[in-house]
Amino acid sequence: MTTNRPKVEDLHLVNLTKSFDDFKAVDNLTLTIPAGSFFALLGPSGCGKTTTLRMVAGLEEPTSGQIKLGSEDITSFPPYKRWVNTVFQSYALFPHLSIYENVAFGLRRQKSADIDKQVKAMLELVELTTLAQRKPQQLSGGQQQRVAVARALINEPDVLLLDEPLGALDLKLRRQMQLELKRIQIEVGITFVHVTHDQEEAMTMADTVAVMNEGRIEQMGAPLTIYEKPRTAFVANFLGQSNLFEGTVAGVEGDELAVKVKDTVIYVPLNSTEIRSGRIVLGVRPEKVKIVDQGKTGLPKNQIQGSIHNTAFVGVSTQYEVLSSWGQEISAFEQNVDPSDLGRPGQLVTLAWEPRHSFVLDPDEDLTAGLDTTWDE
Amino acid sequence: MIKYIKSLLLKLISIAVIVYLMIPIAVIIIFSFNKPKRFQNTSWNQFSFDAWTNICRDQTICRALGTSLKVGLFVTIVSTIFGVLISFAITRHKFKGKAATNLFVFLPLATPEVILGASLLALFLNVFIPLGFWTILIAQITFTISFVVVVMNARLAGMDPRLEQAAMDLYATPFQTFRYVTFPLALPGILAAALISFSLSIDDFIVTSFNRGGVVTFPIYIWSAAQKGIPPQVNVISSIMFLGSLLLVLLAGLISKNRKLKQV
Repeated sequence: MTTNRPKVEDLHLVNLTKSFDDFKAVDNLTLTIPAGSFFALLGPSGCGKTTTLRMVAGLEEPTSGQIKLGSEDITSFPPYKRWVNTVFQSYALFPHLSIYENVAFGLRRQKSADIDKQVKAMLELVELTTLAQRKPQQLSGGQQQRVAVARALINEPDVLLLDEPLGALDLKLRRQMQLELKRIQIEVGITFVHVTHDQEEAMTMADTVAVMNEGRIEQMGAPLTIYEKPRTAFVANFLGQSNLFEGTVAGVEGDELAVKVKDTVIYVPLNSTEIRSGRIVLGVRPEKVKIVDQGKTGLPKNQIQGSIHNTAFVGVSTQYEVLSSWGQEISAFEQNVDPSDLGRPGQLVTLAWEPRHSFVLDPDEDLTAGLDTTWDE
Repeated sequence: MIKYIKSLLLKLISIAVIVYLMIPIAVIIIFSFNKPKRFQNTSWNQFSFDAWTNICRDQTICRALGTSLKVGLFVTIVSTIFGVLISFAITRHKFKGKAATNLFVFLPLATPEVILGASLLALFLNVFIPLGFWTILIAQITFTISFVVVVMNARLAGMDPRLEQAAMDLYATPFQTFRYVTFPLALPGILAAALISFSLSIDDFIVTSFNRGGVVTFPIYIWSAAQKGIPPQVNVISSIMFLGSLLLVLLAGLISKNRKLKQV
């Protein structure tokens, strides 16, 4: 590899827009991806995440806006002049070349020295040394995936782009490869930009997750932050599940805000929102909600009365659908500690959770955003 | 029992079909060793190697064959080059008049050869192009080019455009992308297209006979010879062509088998 190249640089997207006819795939996106980070672009199909990736790779021309690596504007660079490499969805390995030649392809084009040594080292890293002379179609999906990563990584790009790289693998292999990719990323210290529609994958692997919807970023942050404190209904519903309540502010009580939701009062910490009056939307994750028989005491402060509508046993937990007194369906997940006391449909229960587990959404949110989004592609 | 009869029946029918297809070829090969009594080589007279050892005894046969090979070579080169380029344009690019281009490319395939031949003749006469070698070339290329486009379209449609994107992503310039990815992947299709246009050209009678002027190609020679008697040399040449293509097929099979063994 050329040694006079500068260190890995931050990737900046500035007011990036891509329109196809009158459809805006990417809408005025501004974003900085710090050097060396593992960044996930998460969203449903058609949200613009792959288009964004392809613009960074140079395979798609932005309608307007800039792409910068460090201080260098690379917006108009052809793909073969960018220090960016891509792991394509379903890999796009060259079928007429051996695994060895697939991995060596980028180095050969750059007339790099020591190609043989580098290719062998890279094949070792992804544990494919014994398959070097095979053709791609003779390899399993997981092996092909590793070739695709090796072929991109060997060029030591500033940024490695991964376009749904694990989409074609079965669940078990996918989990294994997630950890593998994470290990490689830490080892080589290159910026990874990972596009996926799998929320678990994004949260497992990335330092920073940006949730995308309709060409815009809904929310960006560490996985823990955006999961615990989603700001929009789309994020709350797309990233895991949420119970959302619409209410009006009843007043401030100590360091908590009291919100009237139908015939119940729900409390949220004052510091979680600026709103002090009028309409407010708040939510709570199903796994924070305790479900107990009615009449019990010593429960967390937020309580809703209801009756069990549906139960689903999923192994590690039991998922309840509870109908509140005003007819809203609320989910609650209980750890499967003692499976004998499963609730039955029709049973009267109290749902309870701590005020600090509530989150408040930005005002004027459509509560169903992100609900009808399909996960599979 | 019924199963046994079924499989026996299948075998018998398969053998019958193969025999049916092979009989004409066998007759041609057998009669290449015949020494006909008079002009017509249709009834068995006497076994001899005469025709095989003396293929060019009648100079016109070999001259006709030479003309056909020359025409075939030119036609193949020109129609392959242009057909492949047209196919790339149609499958890879959007341009004004793409639908019309598509239509015009496929039109010669749908036109009866008699009409194609006759209309080309009318054209050549109208613009005072003397009939001969070059008009045969032009006439044959008009339809072989369409076959090349059809074969190449199928090949290119099955080629993932992301492979070329991947090459460019891996620092290949547009030329290098073509040299190392596009061309090697398209090559089997190009070869198949070239072979088809060559055999169509060697084989063509109708279009050629309209536009040949005084030039005699191999099919034209056979047709005119048929009236007074086809010499066994024609059988010899046909046998050589058959055995040659058989050899090519066997070779191709052997190579691909070898390659597979090496990879595993």
